[in-house]
Amino acid sequence: MRITGAEALIKSLEHEGVEVIFGYPGGVVLPIYDAIYDSKICHILVRHEQCAAHAADGYARATGKVGVCMATSGPGATNLVTGIANAYMDSVPMVAITGQVGTHVIGTDAFQEADITGITSPITKHNYLIKNVEDLPRIIKEAFYIARTGRPGPVLIDIPVDVSKGELDYKYPTEVNLPGYKPTIKGNARQIKQAAQAIIEAKEPIIFAGGGILKSNAEKELHELAELTGIYVTTTLMGKGAFDETHPLSLGMPGMHGARYVNYAMTETDLIIAVGVRFDDRVTGKLSEFARKAKIIHIDIDPAEIGKNVFVHIPIVGDTKNVLSSLAGAIKKILEEEKMSDRSDWNKKIEEWKKKYPLKYHHNNKLKPEFIIEQIYNLTKDKNTIITTGVGQNQMWSAQYYKARKPGTFISSGGLGTMGFGMPAAIGAQVGCPDALVFDIDGDGSFQMVSQDLVTAVCNQLPIKIAILNNGYLGMVRQWQELFYNRHYSNSCLMRDKSCPPQCTGPTEACPKYYLPDFVKLAEAYGAVGLRITKPEEVEPAVKKAIETPLPVVMDFIIEREENVFPMVAPGAPVDQMIGGD
Amino acid sequence: MKHTNKPGVLAKISGLFSRRGFNIESLAVGPTENPAVSRMTIVVDGEAHPMEQVTKQLHKLINVLKINDLVSEESVERELVLIKVNADASVRAEIIEIADIFRAKIVDVGKNSVTIEATGTTPKIEAIEDLLRPYGIKELARTGKIALSRGSKE
Repeated sequence: MRITGAEALIKSLEHEGVEVIFGYPGGVVLPIYDAIYDSKICHILVRHEQCAAHAADGYARATGKVGVCMATSGPGATNLVTGIANAYMDSVPMVAITGQVGTHVIGTDAFQEADITGITSPITKHNYLIKNVEDLPRIIKEAFYIARTGRPGPVLIDIPVDVSKGELDYKYPTEVNLPGYKPTIKGNARQIKQAAQAIIEAKEPIIFAGGGILKSNAEKELHELAELTGIYVTTTLMGKGAFDETHPLSLGMPGMHGARYVNYAMTETDLIIAVGVRFDDRVTGKLSEFARKAKIIHIDIDPAEIGKNVFVHIPIVGDTKNVLSSLAGAIKKILEEEKMSDRSDWNKKIEEWKKKYPLKYHHNNKLKPEFIIEQIYNLTKDKNTIITTGVGQNQMWSAQYYKARKPGTFISSGGLGTMGFGMPAAIGAQVGCPDALVFDIDGDGSFQMVSQDLVTAVCNQLPIKIAILNNGYLGMVRQWQELFYNRHYSNSCLMRDKSCPPQCTGPTEACPKYYLPDFVKLAEAYGAVGLRITKPEEVEPAVKKAIETPLPVVMDFIIEREENVFPMVAPGAPVDQMIGGD
Repeated sequence: MKHTNKPGVLAKISGLFSRRGFNIESLAVGPTENPAVSRMTIVVDGEAHPMEQVTKQLHKLINVLKINDLVSEESVERELVLIKVNADASVRAEIIEIADIFRAKIVDVGKNSVTIEATGTTPKIEAIEDLLRPYGIKELARTGKIALSRGSKE
């Protein structure tokens, strides 16, 4: 059957089980949009292409499926770039489809031409420029295969307009043939045995789990390992949801804004069992001081992560689900003859640290962000809730005070730290999980990077709840300026206007008194519901009202302006040297 | 390193080197016995960069099929150089003699210059260059190293 490239694309997407595309049309993708017109695939029209990529990302993280976004050539494609880089850093399976100018004019600086495969090479797992329409079905097949297998990541497919219009005999391939791509799934048996022995012998071990658990659905295996061995588990920002944070063995998040007890445990441990993590600088702090006494077992599907930042004693390359289940088997086998090392002293130490240095904040009569997140947690924990976040203070408070219990329920931009991720990610999560209660805990700075896409939520009847922790600052920037730059609040105040003195070191009585922007009016302008909360006692009723409202709701929480995220490890300092929170 | 012979692959590989902060000293690429596969020989300063990270990152490129670290293996390596050297009638004989010693070829003769083609290992190429330098090298082009592992391996 002869069909066009555009029709073949849509058919191929249907073959891959794609239910939704987040996108924005334009000149050279018109043939594709014409094919979408007749397709069953749902297309969500965003208002900026960056939000298409973030929404596809949020969709993928919430559902575990491959997220798909689409844009036209040139500016459409370059607007996707931030979202693609974000997905790449957090290993999110995504396929980005871009239009390209006709093959005969590529390289001539044609209207809306950009070398998007060149631009995205360092931020995609792989990318393709389709030059021959006959290659299209094979490339789509390969792209989805590459995006979701191994260490997942974004794959971009650039389709020139004449390829979309060209005709082919359509047949979708059943297999992929990629001789240069063979991810290792099973771990080396000898290494696993060695790891099992080390785990049994360790006196002060800790499990350090990350996003790799979520990517391979290994949460059951992780719980099993923790319970079998009785070892405490710390989960990275990307790993939130991989281990129930209300479990007695959960320690929560380590690193720059981790609780003191986690960082003390990470420093004192004699064995780190690292699973699906990449020893990011936000977790390790000063590398030469990181876990000085520890042996390290590192399990990851990407061999390039092993030994990249820290020396690893027992490397195991493989899929975390597969390796963890073999590891549990190997431990059980050794336990038939040997006994697990006695760890009562270590466990006691951790419990004492937990008691002595809990996460805490100063309660006064002002509206505190930590209190708001605790309230949101209390009111949503028993529901099917998905949290997304912006980037900065709002994100770290959410990570500290919102206990994630299940995979795919805490969605945040970890590696790239993309402000503006929260709202479009919430849109994507709500599209993928229509029955879920989706809460975006955001900052006023982050939200303003994408606020135009509130209309996307309204138009598509996606009842997301946006809780803006509004301090009128780029809060994390301000916090660093307060702590490390002599309170020089250079360009971090979002309320600043011409009446302000040229240099500012903090809020005063003379600060502008209006809300800028007025998020309640902004919400209403877009057809959403806006609520303003200024006092602690208003929090619970507002959150309840938001949950009951079947529309998108923007909650503008006017929080204490100079509240800091504590504890904090100064950049470049060892993680056991924390500021604040004691 | 073997990789699929497709457009854009060289850009992906060289892009990876620059993104990860690895410096390339030389790079030579050409087709192999299989026209769908190309071979690239890259020389990297192994002391400045952890070779393990370089190869692991290269392995992640979908188009890369196989990587051999030829420093740790027995290998044959060659490089080709073209040297255009000042040579009027008075020194031409001397220069031809130097070329002969190195089993190099004269590939072009002009009124005031000759162009010499030499192949060999890097030290040999550097030696002929040193000997010709006093006459005045007008232009020089090197291909960069190409290499294959020795036969005993297969």
